[in-house]
Amino acid sequence: MITIEDVSKIYGTMVAVDHVSMSLEPNSITVIVGTSGSGKSTLLRMINRLIPPTSGRILINGLDTASLPATELRRRIGYAIQGHGLFPHYTVADNIATVPNLLGWPKARIAGRVEELLTLFHLPPETFAHKYPHQLSGGQQQRVGVARALAAEPELLLMDEPFGALDPVIRAKAQDDLLDIQRRFGTSIVLVTHDMDEAFHLGHRIAVMKQGKLVDFGSPTTILTEPKDPFTSQLTGTLDRSLKLMSLKQLADFAVPGDTIGAETLPATLSLRDALAEFVWRGLKVASVVDSDGRQLGQITLDALLAQGRRP
Amino acid sequence: MKGGALLFRAVLAGCLGVLILAPELFIGLFRWLNRPDAPPIYPYDSLLWLTVSHLGLVLIATSAGAIVAIAAAIFVTRPSGAEFLPLSRVLTNTGQTFPPVAVLALAVPAVGFGVAPTLIALFLYGLLPIFENSVAGLQRVPEQITEAADGMGMTAGQRLRKVDLPLALPLIVEGIKIAMVINIGTATIGSTVAAKGLGEVIIAGLLSDNMAFILHGGLIVGLMAVLFYDLMGYFENFLKRRLGLTGSGD
Ligand SMILES: Nc1ncnc2c1ncn2[C@@H]1O[C@H](COP(=O)(O)OP(=O)(O)OP(=O)(O)O)[C@@H](O)[C@H]1O
Ligand SMILES: [Mg+2]
Repeated sequence: MITIEDVSKIYGTMVAVDHVSMSLEPNSITVIVGTSGSGKSTLLRMINRLIPPTSGRILINGLDTASLPATELRRRIGYAIQGHGLFPHYTVADNIATVPNLLGWPKARIAGRVEELLTLFHLPPETFAHKYPHQLSGGQQQRVGVARALAAEPELLLMDEPFGALDPVIRAKAQDDLLDIQRRFGTSIVLVTHDMDEAFHLGHRIAVMKQGKLVDFGSPTTILTEPKDPFTSQLTGTLDRSLKLMSLKQLADFAVPGDTIGAETLPATLSLRDALAEFVWRGLKVASVVDSDGRQLGQITLDALLAQGRRP
Repeated sequence: MKGGALLFRAVLAGCLGVLILAPELFIGLFRWLNRPDAPPIYPYDSLLWLTVSHLGLVLIATSAGAIVAIAAAIFVTRPSGAEFLPLSRVLTNTGQTFPPVAVLALAVPAVGFGVAPTLIALFLYGLLPIFENSVAGLQRVPEQITEAADGMGMTAGQRLRKVDLPLALPLIVEGIKIAMVINIGTATIGSTVAAKGLGEVIIAGLLSDNMAFILHGGLIVGLMAVLFYDLMGYFENFLKRRLGLTGSGD
């Protein structure tokens, strides 16, 4: 649980972060969005004290972060940035082992952890452990960057535009990997991005910043349907808000019992947005919803589907 | 390295070896350059000894210069020393613009003749290139990398040892290379104040109008500088490859 209490950062006369207060739920992903220069990175870096706040406090599990030596605090918090910042003179394995080494873990534990993470990120250790960063593709480098941030099993992971430099296909894959890993380890994540689709895809909570101020903060659905600030709607875009809303809901939750003999099937894990696309593409009026084993969960009609994209 | 280039270097290294260890092999050439009554080969001291002494002076002075220059570069690139960067630039540049002969002339009254004034001059000449290159190398560590190092909880000292210095190393090595090459040449003037070195041969040649001496001493100094430059270049490239700075590693 992270509590940000009335935190500001002032550079001369420039107010980079302006009296921000927020509570971040444990085991969840909080995404910070906002235009360039709105203070997102500054806020993020105040959490691990790369930037000292001008005023205010940040508490992690009730403990004031200012009461710890900065290096000790940072070793307990994962940190991944755009362009990964890998050490070019370290192998992939040594890069990942950075924080465990700083913490003085025993060799065997470090080796085990490195292997576990490489496997988890689909980088077979026998191929990748001894490579240098310049021998990897951008997507692989980025995965190593995230693996390195997770190496010492931090409860909290800070990410500043971690997928910003990736192409759309690799980026989507990286996002799904992150969701998997977040579920597996229960890590709390604070992630800064420019990409609203990424924010809606990843965020359990979305924080909207404008000129250093936190102008909105809530679940993706709330942000979309009950924006507290006109800037929020501007950011989320009003043209495709129905589709955004549908992208937040899963087909499994809207299947109702019914006669589906002969109807086409759709997987239950599909979002309503993707389901709609299938309806349009295949010219459906009704579809049968099935789970991953092909078992039928119920049906959904086009009207029921469309109702979910309507203004609440 | 290509076969031809390798052969060329081997020939240069071979020539250097012969000039130092068995100059009699070139006696025909040297005799042809001189009046018949002049000695074709420097007779007063062993060339091997002069070369060793010459290189010894260069190594000691450049090492001392390197230690001071690198320490200063580290200091002025830390937040606490940043304000001294302009001042230290002025100091090292002044060291370089002073003519070597003037350094000797000033040093002799203070420390006497011999090795000491020569070491002082060579020390001063080594400072600038090593300092400038070390500063550039330390400043050029990409911000993403230093931010990652800080963000992961390295202390200032850990970052310096594990990240900043290794990444600056190719440029530091280049600075040492330049300083060594400058000093291999400059050390010849040490002989004017009685420091043992190859300058002795050249000066003897100038005083007695002995073309063979001048050429002999000059060739040894020149070849050493060229070969050393080349060798260090390879070391630099090796380091850059290790750091992935040249792109195509292996
Ligand atoms: N060291 C500094 N000195 C002065 N001003 C700064 C400093 N760091 C940041 N700022 C200013 O603070 C404001 C917020 O910067 P910040 O980097 O947090 O923005 P951001 O939301 O992360 O932007 P982006 O999306 O472009 O990364 C900017 O206007 C920036 O110019
Ligand atoms: Mg930023």
